[in-house]
Amino acid sequence: MDAYLAAIAIVALIYILLALGLTLQYGLTGLINFGHVGFFAIGAYASAILATHGAPLALGFVAAAFFAGLAAWPIGLVSLRLRDDYFAIVTLGFSETVRLVITSEKWLTNGVQGIPAIPRLFSGLTVGIGAQLAVLAVLLAVTGAAVLAMRRIVRSPFGRIIEAIRDNEDGLRALGKEPARFKVQVLILGAGLAGLAGAFYAHYITYIVPDQFIPLVTFYVWMAIIIGGVGRISGAVVGTALLMLLLEGSRFIRDVVPGISEVEMASIRLGVIGILLVLFTIYRPQGLMGDFSRK
Amino acid sequence: MTFAISNVRVAFGGFQALDGVTLSMGAGDLVGLIGPNGAGKSTLFSVVSGFIAPDSGEVRFGDAALDGLSPSARARTGLLRTFQVPREFSHLSVRDNLKAAAPGQVGEGLIGLFFRPGEVARQERAVTAKADEIIAFLKLDRVADVPAGRLSGGQKKLLELGRALMVEPRTILLDEPFAGVNPVLIAEIVERIRELNARGIGFLIIEHDLQALTRLVPVLHVMDRGRILASGAPGAVLDDPGVRAAYLGGVA
Repeated sequence: MDAYLAAIAIVALIYILLALGLTLQYGLTGLINFGHVGFFAIGAYASAILATHGAPLALGFVAAAFFAGLAAWPIGLVSLRLRDDYFAIVTLGFSETVRLVITSEKWLTNGVQGIPAIPRLFSGLTVGIGAQLAVLAVLLAVTGAAVLAMRRIVRSPFGRIIEAIRDNEDGLRALGKEPARFKVQVLILGAGLAGLAGAFYAHYITYIVPDQFIPLVTFYVWMAIIIGGVGRISGAVVGTALLMLLLEGSRFIRDVVPGISEVEMASIRLGVIGILLVLFTIYRPQGLMGDFSRK
Repeated sequence: MTFAISNVRVAFGGFQALDGVTLSMGAGDLVGLIGPNGAGKSTLFSVVSGFIAPDSGEVRFGDAALDGLSPSARARTGLLRTFQVPREFSHLSVRDNLKAAAPGQVGEGLIGLFFRPGEVARQERAVTAKADEIIAFLKLDRVADVPAGRLSGGQKKLLELGRALMVEPRTILLDEPFAGVNPVLIAEIVERIRELNARGIGFLIIEHDLQALTRLVPVLHVMDRGRILASGAPGAVLDDPGVRAAYLGGVA
């Protein structure tokens, strides 16, 4: 049971990293990124490929953030020329392209068979709860650092500018500020966080295949920040935690209510989350932790 | 001559929004621009501020030709504009709206933000002081901490003026600063514009409230159908038969 809880906590923290990246991009800057999973995938594959070729794991994590950020750069340049909704479509297309590339480029990614036997973090520790707790501790530290860095950003002149971009880009241009640089930086930073999350995911799951990187992952992250409150760092954390609780916790409904098959359960789970999202949009559109407005 | 628009033409599809507009004003001048709806006044502002590229013609500010410069680059030369429909940063407080406009902030770069915290903090104090000074000048003190989206229409107009003042403007293009503003507040804004003008800031003001405008500006341009119809002292211009026919429709 402890191992199970640790496993949920690890996955939740990985999703919190993803949610923080999206909070930076959408919640603070207004960039509608529907392709978050693409950067997650690039991070996962970058670190998995490096690790299975014998590179030090730490290098893999750095490479994951670097390559995901690098992939965001051209996307950022595209964002300067597109209106919000078109940018959303481009990002969705981007993440699907990433999935198709990792499916097709067998020489690099082993195609649909995926990459097995990715080394775990702290594999030197005894298999079981010890190594898991060590992973959990590292993830907590990294997520904590990301939260602190984002808090610093939100309360800074940089944070003021990106929120101004979200609220009214032309208004900002008329004051002599160029939104372009900020948007590109925010996309790269958010993608870097997603890449880092991907590395943690790959080394935790130890086996990655293209099918793990479908748009549903992106939309789980969107659900999390919508439930939590899109413009808030605390919203990303609380929303993700709640979503994980629902996704995982609903397993136990089967212990209480008899006669539900595994397949039916999966559908019920998604249905419940869907209803919850609808209710949130109607009754608490600003999310649990509040909306864009600064305190 | 600080500011000169020469022979600017813009067409939207088949509609000639600006049909060869030529207009100039000196440093620190206070100039009004009136005309019926659709005359091309706001389009002219958009051309001057770089939001719309003209089909032909040129805009000069000081010694520099502005043609081809981005809106933000034009603003950095000291030529600022406000919008007919206010473009406030609705979720930021009034104070943060002003602070966002402050130029040259080290903390707007990620490297400066994380590696020069002392300099960032020092600039923040200076910018906050300056913003508060402008907030007091515009009598927005009571709403300084309120998200700008919750301001009244008139307060948003003042907010836009305040943001422009943060940038050390040389000339400000005001698009209907009195629209939706109550008469008491209009008198207030007129007073503020006079004070700023006395400090050397030039104003070109689009306004439909002729009473307030003619009390404020010594020079008036009238636009109609994408052209300048008449220019001169407000009294003489408004008595011009052509202006009466086109703009006032014989009512006055």
